Amino acid sequence: MKRKDIILLAGILLAAAILWGCFSLFFPGKQGGYAEIQVGSEIIERIPMSEPCRKIIAGTGGTNTLVIEGGIARIEEADCPDRLCVRQGGISKNGQSIICLPHQLVVRIVEEAEE
Amino acid sequence: MRRWGQKNGDTRAKRAALYGMLVALAFLLSYIETLIPAFFWVPGMKLGLANLVIVMALYLFGWKGGLAISFIRVLLVAFSFTNLFSLYFSLAGAAASLLVMAGLKRGGGFGIIGVSLAGGTAHNIAQLCVAAALLGEGVLYYLPVLLAAGAVTGFCIGLACREILKRLPGMKSRD
Repeated sequence: MKRKDIILLAGILLAAAILWGCFSLFFPGKQGGYAEIQVGSEIIERIPMSEPCRKIIAGTGGTNTLVIEGGIARIEEADCPDRLCVRQGGISKNGQSIICLPHQLVVRIVEEAEE
Repeated sequence: MRRWGQKNGDTRAKRAALYGMLVALAFLLSYIETLIPAFFWVPGMKLGLANLVIVMALYLFGWKGGLAISFIRVLLVAFSFTNLFSLYFSLAGAAASLLVMAGLKRGGGFGIIGVSLAGGTAHNIAQLCVAAALLGEGVLYYLPVLLAAGAVTGFCIGLACREILKRLPGMKSRD
């Protein structure tokens, strides 16, 4: 392994750490207020995270079942080919998101339900 | 520098066979990757196993070989396991990764590990940029994690490539 390789690795990891530090400084991980559902470039709905909810979302070319309970949102079922959204598990904090690429679906947690 | 497969009787047929073999290997690794639940707290994060083959192709056949194998793999995978939408992501990632890797390999004095980890990072940055363009800049939240992940997985892939290339006949050790 060359010296430059090590410098490059250290540099990238350092940059990541600094960015991560900045992000968590400016966007503290508060418990999320609303789950914002976006299909394609359009936000179709905002659901409060405080109430349990179970909803089937029609994405592009398929559906995902969103479940909110105990302040945690997750995709319970999906008919996309890779089902990465289901495997990702639950999210609860502002700024976190679940993305289902095949259905162009994003579930993002936001603080306010601003229009 | 003598390249692998150019020793004696380097016919076009032999070259075609080698390319075909590597494409098949990359395709297989992509498939295996879809079976691994992986370390998964970031959407879209992957191990990048197929990159093993692309980095090897880059060192065995040069950037043209790497480009050909990478492009064919992306097309095959997109039509087999995913859809057209994911194709944009794969293409952007593969193109950025190959561009950076070929550049660093040519000039800059980086070893195969440095080249590979830069490629992994470039891959993740490119995919995140496409995601930001298509889905809004909210996804940039994941930039730090994806940067680190690309570097670490790229490092592992590079390490593996170094060991494989060492053991291939007719290859010099290249750190």
